[in-house]
Amino acid sequence: MAVREMTKLTLGPIAYHWSAETRRDFYARIADEAPVDEVYLGEVICSKRAPFHEPDLSTTIERLERAGKTVILSSLAEVMLKRERKAMEMLCATDGLEIEINNAAGLFARGRRPHRLGPFMNVYNEATIAWMAGQGATHVCLPGEMPATAISVAAQAARDLGLGVEVQVFGRASLAVSARCYHARAHGRTKDNCGFVCEKDPDGMPLRTADDRPILRVNGIQTQSESYVDLLPETERLVADGVTHLRLMPQAVNMAAVASAFRAALDGRLALSDAEASLRDLCGGTSFSNGFYHGRAGYRRIASAATA
Amino acid sequence: MNTAELICPAGTPAALRTAVDAGADAVYCGFQDATNARNFPGLNFTPEELRESVAYAHAKGAKVLLTLNTYPPAGKVDLWRQAADTGARLGIDAFIVADMGVADYVARSHRGIRLHLSVQAAASSPEAIRYYCEHFGVKRVVLPRILTIPEIREVRKEVPCEIETFIFGNHGLMVEGRCSLTNYLTGQSTNMDGVCSPASDVEYTRHDDGSISSQLAGFTIDCFGPDEKAGYPTICKGRYTAPHRSEGYYAFEEPVSLNLSRLLPELIDAGVNAFKIEGRQRSKSYVREVVSAFRHAVDDIRAGRSANVADLVALTEGQKQTQGAFETKKWR
Amino acid sequence: MATVTMDMNVDTISRAHRSGQTALSRLACLLIQPLLSRVVRRIADRHPSLFARLGPHQSTDFLIDPVELPFALHLRPDPKALVLRAVPRAAAPQAGAIIRGRFMLLLELIDSQVDGDAAFFSRHLEVSGDAEAVVRLRNALDDVDGSVAEETAEMFGPPGRSVLTALRRAYPNQSQGHSVR
Repeated sequence: MAVREMTKLTLGPIAYHWSAETRRDFYARIADEAPVDEVYLGEVICSKRAPFHEPDLSTTIERLERAGKTVILSSLAEVMLKRERKAMEMLCATDGLEIEINNAAGLFARGRRPHRLGPFMNVYNEATIAWMAGQGATHVCLPGEMPATAISVAAQAARDLGLGVEVQVFGRASLAVSARCYHARAHGRTKDNCGFVCEKDPDGMPLRTADDRPILRVNGIQTQSESYVDLLPETERLVADGVTHLRLMPQAVNMAAVASAFRAALDGRLALSDAEASLRDLCGGTSFSNGFYHGRAGYRRIASAATA
Repeated sequence: MNTAELICPAGTPAALRTAVDAGADAVYCGFQDATNARNFPGLNFTPEELRESVAYAHAKGAKVLLTLNTYPPAGKVDLWRQAADTGARLGIDAFIVADMGVADYVARSHRGIRLHLSVQAAASSPEAIRYYCEHFGVKRVVLPRILTIPEIREVRKEVPCEIETFIFGNHGLMVEGRCSLTNYLTGQSTNMDGVCSPASDVEYTRHDDGSISSQLAGFTIDCFGPDEKAGYPTICKGRYTAPHRSEGYYAFEEPVSLNLSRLLPELIDAGVNAFKIEGRQRSKSYVREVVSAFRHAVDDIRAGRSANVADLVALTEGQKQTQGAFETKKWR
Repeated sequence: MATVTMDMNVDTISRAHRSGQTALSRLACLLIQPLLSRVVRRIADRHPSLFARLGPHQSTDFLIDPVELPFALHLRPDPKALVLRAVPRAAAPQAGAIIRGRFMLLLELIDSQVDGDAAFFSRHLEVSGDAEAVVRLRNALDDVDGSVAEETAEMFGPPGRSVLTALRRAYPNQSQGHSVR
């Protein structure tokens, strides 16, 4: 399984408004215990949250790098206001660390200097990959709703151009972003006077349908899936199709243990069924899904031959 | 003063002729496949229908804009390229695109035809817009429905292209081109397949008390009481419960449509070059009524008269209208 | 080309005997059926492109239910075996899709004089069953130029036209969709 051992595990940016202290503890544990190769840092969802954790950023970077992790700085997904445009401009001026761009405003600011493309960049196909590669992209994280057939073609195209290819394999799927804050709305507030109510929901605010089925999670301006995406059973095919990086999205569970389960399965040290059982234990009652990957409704869990 | 064009929807050739006759400066439409974001059953144009429609529009001085505003999944890009080639051959006046691969292809292969950036590209800052202008020669950007008028004015000053804003119709809540809510429940993608709450997955159930519930792929999206007005069965207009909202509430937005008829002079003053009416999925009755109303309004403003737009609330979702983000930042 | 089912089936008739009301409804159906048959054949002949937009739903059974009339309409828009027949409600076939509203509203919908979505939002139009079938039928009819109602009236000359005029007068503001007139 030499190929799999080359496959990198990454930790995506924290989507939620975790307190500065929670983040410090979280990344300390990641540095010490999580077998991830690369860690994405930075506020992607809401520009109002950034000031809360920016003071710790350099310490966190240092801590992670000391533990042998590569750190990449992720940009905002939505750029509209002056402070957001400024934040993007500053991020794109970064030297020394890689950056991941999630909005076309960043492509403008970055020019042809090297950069990664985040999942909000809507890189769906080989034509767009070829265009982006010509503009300095070195790595692409594909949109979470892409099915295996498209991932395979896109990954091959990206590899042929020397780009890294990343797919989210764990955590809630990002389903939508908006200019409106739904956390604020739920509490009778607006985005400008939100009171940071989103901090109360470290794994998102659950929405249930009128017939009481859990369906979505609200995270500020973002809408996420209720289920955690779990592509552990599909990792072998992902790797065979040319995907080089597997992304774990931080959820309010033991992420070091989640990473260990994925790493052990990738390295062949743990049977897939055992790794899957371990993931199940770590995630409590949260349902798992892989529908997008199989070209079906995203919330579905499609049984895979690989789990047998 | 700049004279704003009226850009009108056409889901069928009959709707296109209706829009042109009602005074559209341009109509936008798409083929019967995934290359456009209104890939709905029984809607849109065959190449032959588009050929006849272009002739009809051009004979009456109206332009035809072809929507190629979805994102081709890897392995299927040729469908979008062929659609662009067909459109060019049939004499359309501009392409409306979102995907960079598609934009790059059109910019290289059909240099003589104008390129408009779809709202599906979600370019909401001067920098993002300038990226598309500089690299693909985009001549006009359709702005997301999230900016206030003062913000639109600022954007206009900083971009080298025309800007188009929506003035009426469906009020999308999510950033366009970044929404996979439909795919999460149905397995059909808004970005890749051009669908939103596909009818094939929609079911309405009438209850004994006269209320009606709407379901998408078996998930209840909303339940309208006997006297309540209804909306589309879209996830972003659904009613849900949250831990502290056990009564059920519209977590994203209630059924409502955008109507900026009162803001037209301000929008023109802010430098908006074109007004877009949403609704390719609507009937030609809707097209006739809405286009006529806004034609008169824009003509009045051009002539220096105060515009008096007919009441269109009966055509709106939930029979309710909003000025959304255009009116106030508090919408956010 | 298009053949039209004109007779009601035996099952329908036997069930129709169950009540006096059904008998009345049956009589109404018998009276209106020749007209329906001519109308639907005429439309099919004049607007063949309509069927392409129906796609797979050419073989779907639609029940069009004008709530205040004594019967409903069964439509199967199959160009090879076109069906439009009046049926007593009690004897209505199992329909793939049902469209329900006041008669004038339904007539105006067919003629694109009102917007179907608006009529749905206002709750004056109800649909159930296969929503895609309804959307396809709506889009197919919406692409027909001119007025089906007026074409129908024309078929019957001056008496037809005066019936339509009388109908429209009898239903002032009753359609409760959003008429553009």
